[in-house]
Amino acid sequence: MTTTRRTLLGGTAGVLALPGLLRAQESPGVTASEIRIGTTYALSGPASAYSLIPKCLTAMFKRLNEQGGINGRQVNFLVYDDAYSPPKTLEQTRRLVEQDKVAFLFNNLGTPTNSAIHRYVNQRKIPHLFLATGADKWADPKGYPWTIGWQPSYRTEAQIYAKHILEQKPNARIGLLHQNDDFGKDYVNGVKDVLGARFDAMVRTASHEATDATIDSQVVSLQAAGCDALVCGIIPRFASQAIRRVFDLGWKPLMFMSNVSVSGAVVIEPAGKEKAIGLITSDYRKDQSDPSWADDPGMKEWRDFMARYIPDGELGDNNYTYAYGVGLTLLQVLRQCGNNLSRENVLKQATSLKPLELPTLLPGVTVGTSPDNYHPIRHMQLQRWDGRGWVRFGKVIEGAQV
Amino acid sequence: MDGLAHQIVAGIATGGIYASVALAIVMIYQATHHVNFAQGEMATLSTFIAWSMVQAGMPYWVAFFATIAVSFAIGVVVERILIRPVANAPVLTMVGVFIGLLLIIGNATGWIFGYTTKVFPSPFASEKPLFGGLVSAHELGSTAVTLTVLTLVWAFFRFTKLGLAMRAAAYNPRSARLVGIRVGWMLALGWGLAAAIGAVAGMMVAPVVFLDPTMMLGILLYAFAGALMGGIDNPAGAVLGGFTVGVLENLAGAYVVGTELKLTVALAIIIGVLLVRPSGLFGRVVFSRV
Amino acid sequence: MSASKGLPADIAIPESTARVGTPAWQRAVWVVLGIAVAAAPIFVLESFHLFQLTMAVIMALAVLGLNIVTGYNGQISLGHGAFFAVGAYCTAIFMSHYDWSFWATLPISAAVCAALGFAIGFPALRLAGHYLALTTFSLAVAVPQILKHKSIEDWTGGVQGLFLVKPDAPAGLPLSADQWMYVVTVIVAGACFLLVSNLIRSRIGRALMATRDHPTAAEAMGMDIGSLKTRAFAVSAMITGIAGSLSAVAIEFVAPDSFSFGVSISLFVGMVVGGVASVLGSLFGGLFVLFVPNIAEAISKAAPGVIYGVILIAFLFLLPDGFAGLLRRVAARLRR
Repeated sequence: MTTTRRTLLGGTAGVLALPGLLRAQESPGVTASEIRIGTTYALSGPASAYSLIPKCLTAMFKRLNEQGGINGRQVNFLVYDDAYSPPKTLEQTRRLVEQDKVAFLFNNLGTPTNSAIHRYVNQRKIPHLFLATGADKWADPKGYPWTIGWQPSYRTEAQIYAKHILEQKPNARIGLLHQNDDFGKDYVNGVKDVLGARFDAMVRTASHEATDATIDSQVVSLQAAGCDALVCGIIPRFASQAIRRVFDLGWKPLMFMSNVSVSGAVVIEPAGKEKAIGLITSDYRKDQSDPSWADDPGMKEWRDFMARYIPDGELGDNNYTYAYGVGLTLLQVLRQCGNNLSRENVLKQATSLKPLELPTLLPGVTVGTSPDNYHPIRHMQLQRWDGRGWVRFGKVIEGAQV
Repeated sequence: MDGLAHQIVAGIATGGIYASVALAIVMIYQATHHVNFAQGEMATLSTFIAWSMVQAGMPYWVAFFATIAVSFAIGVVVERILIRPVANAPVLTMVGVFIGLLLIIGNATGWIFGYTTKVFPSPFASEKPLFGGLVSAHELGSTAVTLTVLTLVWAFFRFTKLGLAMRAAAYNPRSARLVGIRVGWMLALGWGLAAAIGAVAGMMVAPVVFLDPTMMLGILLYAFAGALMGGIDNPAGAVLGGFTVGVLENLAGAYVVGTELKLTVALAIIIGVLLVRPSGLFGRVVFSRV
Repeated sequence: MSASKGLPADIAIPESTARVGTPAWQRAVWVVLGIAVAAAPIFVLESFHLFQLTMAVIMALAVLGLNIVTGYNGQISLGHGAFFAVGAYCTAIFMSHYDWSFWATLPISAAVCAALGFAIGFPALRLAGHYLALTTFSLAVAVPQILKHKSIEDWTGGVQGLFLVKPDAPAGLPLSADQWMYVVTVIVAGACFLLVSNLIRSRIGRALMATRDHPTAAEAMGMDIGSLKTRAFAVSAMITGIAGSLSAVAIEFVAPDSFSFGVSISLFVGMVVGGVASVLGSLFGGLFVLFVPNIAEAISKAAPGVIYGVILIAFLFLLPDGFAGLLRRVAARLRR
């Protein structure tokens, strides 16, 4: 990201011009009976797989409203389609803010898309809460105090993998297979953070485009380069391909998979449960297809919710468990706000969450924030696939300290 | 370890995917002289239909042929309802309709069947991978299927009256009508056959790349490139073109520029070839009269 | 799309002949009226709608660029999103790295895009129909890949993109940033529209259309088809590139994801629904691609893409020659 002097000056000027506008209405988007919350998601186009998240959130607000809402107010959740195109995100966000007059924005999808509105929402002082992206840049309380992420960053995850590799195989030759976009590049950055000057000597990278048919060529290249560790920052469809191809080649690297792509039902089973044995990831969520959570009260709560409100939803898809977690986080914020739903107070409560355990997160993983800590989830735990489910090992790692 | 040989074998395996879709593109071009941009999306939809049948407990081959039949019907219906009304519209309007079709089918597939990656079964299952794990039994089997379809398409156009009539209808509708060919039905038939071939391609591709609504999005460009490179009026050329694109792409990525630009370089090479041979490697040169 | 056939020959001729006899005072009235219509939104619309309108005018300008090469000259391009991206990045790079003013970056992005278009025009000389569609489509797919390549990451910001700031209204003008952005857009777009409509009505414009409709005959009459086609590509790319520059400042952000091949598809759709080979149609096309997705979304949140596709096809069923075709028919009836 490039922030020049002009950018900052422009930002300040915008902020100075606005207070008059804001004071006209005390708490935008809030009436005695309603609070209006907005988000932007890809509901059309290639990224529309994520549309399950707002679907789940909408159902959660429906449940809340049926139970009487929050402090007597019904939540009105507006979801607009940006087709994962940053210009459209700005347009839809401006519609939410200027036309629909939402109180705040919640869980907007994507890194490039949120980048396009980052400055706009901060100039206008609109809370931009718990974004659906694992980029690192959202935790910037000084520069952009109104924006906060939610999930642990991909970069931190990659740092954990790199550290683990150095512990296990100090002289490893690391293959880094990543998607050629902001998501995949964060894995490169994370590994670079840990290896520093040794990166060029130790790491071979191979990237692929989201539109590629297969990643065979990349896997073959990394194997031919003699790598004995493999870090993958790729999405589910390619993850299944990679797991299967690595196994079929008889290549046995120490293999790490982005926690975006570790669902037992969606990724591992298609590749073959036995082919993934030894695969390592570091997650913060419970995998709903893992039999060891069958009787877990938290997951039971989630399953009951799904059965009641999204009966046609595919239970294997972990977008639903993600959404349930982030939705509950927001409900906690709203509860803390009490009757004061001004933008200032919403932000204040969102950035002072006491460590909170959520039913869909691993034991020991909590959500917590403070005015100078904008990483709501910092914990992850390494886990290894044993052929049937994920087995956690080592202690819960606090990512920000890696 | 012979990296080069591995890249080539992996390229052929991926090229087989492009080849099978390229064949569907050639089919519709032969029959209508249009390139249907929604071809890939239609194939994905067909594959989802097959997947639902298999999920419902149908044996693989029953589902396979039932899907071909259903897809054929869908192709005919699409032509009759959506394409027929704009048959006399300017060419660019036609492309606009194809884009509309792409949007409708592409988005409807996710809406109906969900976005979660699905496993699609392979009829050529085998435990032991071949050639050191580079090629699975499925990839060999699906190449055989592609070649079979190719032979059928070639024989159909070459030896059957219907095939000849279809070519005539596409090449010169007015003259064809004068000799008693029902041009409208020939076009519908062409759409049906192309959709059926697309369905076969989809069912062969899905076990390799895994089934989700965006499965064909990237493949279509490669297949299009392969079809044009081989010669869009030559089924065998298109198949060969598909394989060539697969190998070329891998070699460019592994040895020339790195994976970030492998698509760019592969496309540049293809365009270079087309500049030298504007009708493709195996295409016929057509002269036009003024 | 067909490999060899051009467009029906009668498409653009009525318009180009109809205006020949228009007296100067009448044209002046039209210009004044146009300025009034263009200026009205500043006073009528609130800033969000003004922003939307700004984006629509930008899209219209990009569609106009595409129309020159595909509509008037008959060379199909599915890759104009690439020129849009290059224009946007030129402006973004000079504004965010070197603190240039927006106006100073305009000539640069126009020149770069024109040069790029000229270069693409060369393979286009040998390739037609599907082959040209593939070439241009490849360009649209390749440009985002190139933009995020590590060798130029320091300039382009890689996958993270670049941020820039809208120009402020000159001191003394009581306009907000959104209002001034609209004014800037309308001035630039208006100039381009005027330029293009004059170009189309000139000798060059008629030569372009002759090359499209009867290439061999045009050549026999002494037209240099090669240079016409490459120059058409250059002008076309330049106009679309300028639109890209405007979009970069209006959004204040560029990233490779902003320029996926979906942009090229949108521009093509805009051209077809507006009316192939029509200056006024381009304006309608810009409005269509910006606003209709929102209408589709209002109809169904579950599958807005499906609804958009249905609206598009329905529109083309009703008006196969686009909005401009409707205008022509209405005009013809009025004149009768």
